[in-house]
Amino acid sequence: MSNIAVTDAAALPTAAKPFLTRLGAGFVNRLVIIVPYLWLLFFFLIPFVIVFKISLSQTAIAMPPYTPVLDFSDGVSGFFAGFRDLNFDNYVWLTQDALYFKAYVTSVIIAAISTVLTLIVGYPIAYGMARAPATIRPTLLMLVILPFWTSFLIRVYAWIGILKPEGLLNQLLLSLHIINQPLVILNTYTAIFIGIVYSYLPFMVLPLYSSLEKMDYSLIEAAKDLGCPPTAAFWKITFPLSLPGVIAGCLLVFIPAVGEFVIPDLLGGSQTLMIGKTLWNEFFANRDWPVSSAVAVILLLLLTVPIMLFQQAQARSQEQGK
Amino acid sequence: MKSLGSIRRDFAPWNDPNAKPYIQFDNVTKKFGDFTAVNNLSLTIFEREFFALLGASGCGKSTLLRMLAGFEEPTSGRILLDGQDLRGIPPYRRPVNMMFQSYALFPHMTVENNIAFGLKQEGMPKPDIEKRVAEMLKLVKLEQFAKRKPHQLSGGQRQRVALARSVAKRPKVLLLDEPLGALDKKLREETQFELMDLQQELGLTFVVVTHDQEEAMTMADRIAIMDKGEVMQVATPAEVYEAPASRFVAHFVGNVNMFEGKVAERSANTTRITGASGAQIVVENGGAAAAPNADIVFAIRPEKIKVSSKKPADAVNALEGEVYDVAYLGDMTVYHIRLDDGQIVRASALNAARVTEDPLTWNDRAWVSFRPDAGVVLAR
Repeated sequence: MSNIAVTDAAALPTAAKPFLTRLGAGFVNRLVIIVPYLWLLFFFLIPFVIVFKISLSQTAIAMPPYTPVLDFSDGVSGFFAGFRDLNFDNYVWLTQDALYFKAYVTSVIIAAISTVLTLIVGYPIAYGMARAPATIRPTLLMLVILPFWTSFLIRVYAWIGILKPEGLLNQLLLSLHIINQPLVILNTYTAIFIGIVYSYLPFMVLPLYSSLEKMDYSLIEAAKDLGCPPTAAFWKITFPLSLPGVIAGCLLVFIPAVGEFVIPDLLGGSQTLMIGKTLWNEFFANRDWPVSSAVAVILLLLLTVPIMLFQQAQARSQEQGK
Repeated sequence: MKSLGSIRRDFAPWNDPNAKPYIQFDNVTKKFGDFTAVNNLSLTIFEREFFALLGASGCGKSTLLRMLAGFEEPTSGRILLDGQDLRGIPPYRRPVNMMFQSYALFPHMTVENNIAFGLKQEGMPKPDIEKRVAEMLKLVKLEQFAKRKPHQLSGGQRQRVALARSVAKRPKVLLLDEPLGALDKKLREETQFELMDLQQELGLTFVVVTHDQEEAMTMADRIAIMDKGEVMQVATPAEVYEAPASRFVAHFVGNVNMFEGKVAERSANTTRITGASGAQIVVENGGAAAAPNADIVFAIRPEKIKVSSKKPADAVNALEGEVYDVAYLGDMTVYHIRLDDGQIVRASALNAARVTEDPLTWNDRAWVSFRPDAGVVLAR
């Protein structure tokens, strides 16, 4: 009997141990995931809920400039009573004024055109970098990243000096007798394209470079060996294999470009219409926080679509194990 | 020197003075900056030949192959294929195809599309492409994998796809860069014979680059042994092994014992050599290297040396020593004998009967003996 008792006692900790380990491991795993989730909760979800709530409020000459404020000055019942004053009037307003619709559409179009232009400019750069001798690649990479060391705002301001009627570009073209009259570039959509392509080029070049650089050059040789001239080999092998980089680069340019405010404001002048500028005007010029919040919420929803496409593309490429 | 036959019966165009060379390297030199990869090399390869370029890494064999494929242009000299000078012809217009060491399969295409790639470039009509692809898949036994992507295949299967893709266009010459290098030993041995069968079946000229002498010996009609951008010997596998042209070749292919010495006496049929420590070796017909008084090396393969505990009565060449090492390998036993002059001789004995008791063991006195025609005399 005593023998059995001893075995039981000895068996207990060994049986309990895996359970505790499992609990411990599960807890640690969950803790690791909790950290980024907490971050997103505090710095993304809660601010978004606040913005969303403001978008459902009405503008008011007060501090803060909207009602209801939803606080606990009238107790818990007062907090919940405030919910009755929330409505979707601001969203209805966005559909009634054509300005907002036009601003959204032009923003998406400008962002799309800029993205294509950035791709056209960025691809040869990334390709050249990836095919450069391995010894100078880090230097080239550094040169691409270098502009980030200067303030983005200052670099956009510098473009005013280049593009304005009496600016560097016009002076150069006039002195070379290529043109007789200064070109009007500043305060047009062209200036916005130039600004976006310039500012976002590294975001295009870096993912393209990383996908082109890891490509096995013997694939191109194999294509040539099988009778494929170099241009055809590019379109049949290099480009399809760099698609993950193309997609990543395009989304990294397109998403921030849609909501871009600084470039259209500084280079586009007052004639150009983009949603980022509209939002700024609503917020600061009109002090209409609820409408500008509604604009922001819609913008976010618009951008969620390409982000989801991006994630899908990533999941697919991960599935392929390449 | 007696000529040794090829691994294929009745196929020896290199012995026929009227045979037209198919691939011809004429004084080809290739330099990369200061480095000379291929140095003034001349070589001829015949139609339907299975030709191997054998050498250590960096000997220039891959450069030679890449020049044939068109990825590199010779710095000087010319390469002719079927009488046509290949200079200036880009790889995509050359009637040769290459199987890459890394296989270089297109990862975004299915097995089928990989094989069809070259045919599509040729502008072959679609039904013909389908027929040819099906034929190729059958040839490499991958019918059920047609729709797979390369990353869903095993290493051996990928190798087959690469092979099918490179022969699909029926090139005049198939170039194979270390075709079996990435396979494990067992698969490699199987595939060697499959490659030989394939070459026979398709009637193509194969040029294979390898660093594996066993691979070259098994598959090739002739082997070119290369060192530092130069060809050391071009011969059939048997000739390379039995009659190496130089010390380097003798060392490079298989195991060999070398005795340094001097030609003491030369008669019509025999040459007598005095070894460095006074040992006398008699060799039948020493060849060109065996001029009187010349400093030479006598090279002999381990399996041609007999080991015995007593001096064989009829032996022309017999040297005495002590057993230094014994290695029982199952099919044979390898002895290392330290001769009385200090030289270590490697001898291997086939275990034709079941070994039940060690005939010779460590530190036993032993005699090594060999026939006068068992080795070759080489210049030092």
